[in-house]
Amino acid sequence: MQTPTIGASPDSVAIAFFAGFITLTLSITYWAARRTRTSEHFFTAGSSVTAGQNGFALAGDYMSAASFLGIAGLVSTSGFDGLIYSTGWLVGWPVVLFLIAEPLRNLGRYTFADVVAARLDPVPVRIAAACGTLTTIAFYLIAQMVGAGGLVKLLFGIPYETAVIIVGIAMMAYVLFGGMLATTWVQIVKAVLLLGGAAALALMVLAQFGFDPRALFAAAAAKQGAAVLAPGKLVANPYDAISLGLALMFGTAGLPHILMRFYTVPDARAARRSVFIATGLIGLFYLMTFILGFGAMVLVGPSAIKAVDAGGNMAAPMLAQLLGGRAFLGFIAAVAFATILAVVAGLALSGAATISHDLWSSVIRKGHPKPGEELRVARIATILLAGIAIALGVLFKGQNVAFMVGLAFAIAASANFPALVLSVFWRRTSTAGAATSMAVGALSTLVLITLSPAVQVDLLHHPTAIFPLKNPALVTIPLSFLVGIIVSLLVPDAAAEARYDAIEARLLLGAE
Amino acid sequence: MAQDTGPPVCPGNLTTRTLAPGCPAGTFATMTPSTPSAAQATRALAARRWRIAAALTACMVFVYFGFIALVAYDAPLLATLVQDGLSLGIVLGALVIVAAWVLTFVYVRWANTVYDPALQALRDHHRAESTGGR
Repeated sequence: MQTPTIGASPDSVAIAFFAGFITLTLSITYWAARRTRTSEHFFTAGSSVTAGQNGFALAGDYMSAASFLGIAGLVSTSGFDGLIYSTGWLVGWPVVLFLIAEPLRNLGRYTFADVVAARLDPVPVRIAAACGTLTTIAFYLIAQMVGAGGLVKLLFGIPYETAVIIVGIAMMAYVLFGGMLATTWVQIVKAVLLLGGAAALALMVLAQFGFDPRALFAAAAAKQGAAVLAPGKLVANPYDAISLGLALMFGTAGLPHILMRFYTVPDARAARRSVFIATGLIGLFYLMTFILGFGAMVLVGPSAIKAVDAGGNMAAPMLAQLLGGRAFLGFIAAVAFATILAVVAGLALSGAATISHDLWSSVIRKGHPKPGEELRVARIATILLAGIAIALGVLFKGQNVAFMVGLAFAIAASANFPALVLSVFWRRTSTAGAATSMAVGALSTLVLITLSPAVQVDLLHHPTAIFPLKNPALVTIPLSFLVGIIVSLLVPDAAAEARYDAIEARLLLGAE
Repeated sequence: MAQDTGPPVCPGNLTTRTLAPGCPAGTFATMTPSTPSAAQATRALAARRWRIAAALTACMVFVYFGFIALVAYDAPLLATLVQDGLSLGIVLGALVIVAAWVLTFVYVRWANTVYDPALQALRDHHRAESTGGR
């Protein structure tokens, strides 16, 4: 077997591919900047994105480097257990389609808080929604930035801090100048590259086994033991698995940067079609992680993978080098980095929308911002968010932040999803109910994760944790629903209830 | 584009017969007692959409958490080889993804063939009731 050269020195092929991606996306940004004049354009690309484009952009917004490198690595080192994640990351999408996409498109404008606030008192609702949104984004950003820094160091040989600053500045450039239009196209380009790269790699693996996945799995079992095809130690505690599953399933339907994408299409029908396309693409991608993971296990071998990176994150790049040589490794490395850029751009844009539209326009200006002000505030917020993202990335250097993506999903599932569902589908949801549901959802998730083994044992190295579950969603999602229902019943809102009929008509027919 | 949190849409308030402020007076002029009002039709269609959405969501929850429960409680069953190299666990894992595809397809199919025409009918209904209101 070839000795891996990953991480040895700055890789010129990888850097060339990456420079190509940056050049292409910045040209797109330049083109988009000339079409981004109003806040409508900045936040939603003027609702001019087609269903097909949005389907790819949703996939590009969602498929993170964590799933490409992380899941392939997990499968390559622990076999079947990694596949539990492959399925978990997809099952949230049908829920988005059934419950969220169309009502959101019909009722809202820029952020998901538009929907919750549609018939409630906007000020408390938007403050609570902004808290949930910004905490979700912060944790997601930390995970992506720290991942980017580590990844780039391994793949390109660039220092960690430099990598974090490059990611922060590129993200800022896309969002600041090109708004949603540039972000959308960065995500489309990334989705095509990632799906194409993963498919090429999967085909190269399958070619080694006569294009029969069964031969690949059989080879894995022959080499590493039959246990790799069955559940192992990873799911020792069933409640942990169920809790993480709940966070993944309902968190997807509460991720602010995903929800925001539904405003970029012209109508609810296009929103529906775009989720259908995204579900197809994302499912295909996770099916390919089966092949990539087991391929790396058989062809590269778990011990060689762990020798380069203990977490197994380099399984897919090592496989690429083995099967396609240095040029293909460079391509896959650049794709992995591009993947992170597309995700953080989406996050920054939804954070800017929350600060400018929810907090500035609706809370501080009471729904009457001065002309052009919303766009100006959004751009200032983008610069601020880029600075914060870089600072957080540097601050959390070397920390184990893997749990933070799960945490971001748990907050999205507990703070955003219940209030969204209640306000859309339950007539009696009151302002107090929705606001406390969001506040309690965010707060309880933060408290329980601090008390959980992920922080107490893994991070602080205490012998035990007060709260037994690694992901708190099993407790916090029902709690948030319960608080929303009980408070709505205790503090009813007659005016909001009376407005429900009008909202229901708009939910179906849209704002005509 | 209409406003986001602006005044309520006028034709929605028919059941209570209270005029939302700003609604033109002619809004309810063409209501006939024999056919259901647009508001009733809206509510019926919303309820129908909710039932489908809830049922399909329940299916997805059942499929995924059924798989997780098997992983957690019956690992030996999932280790069973269906064919050489193909364990039941891998087959079911792939089937979870296929199930997600099938469920989204079922929904989109229903929405395109049943829901969209019903929406169009409802839109016409609303328009008929509010003629003279514009």
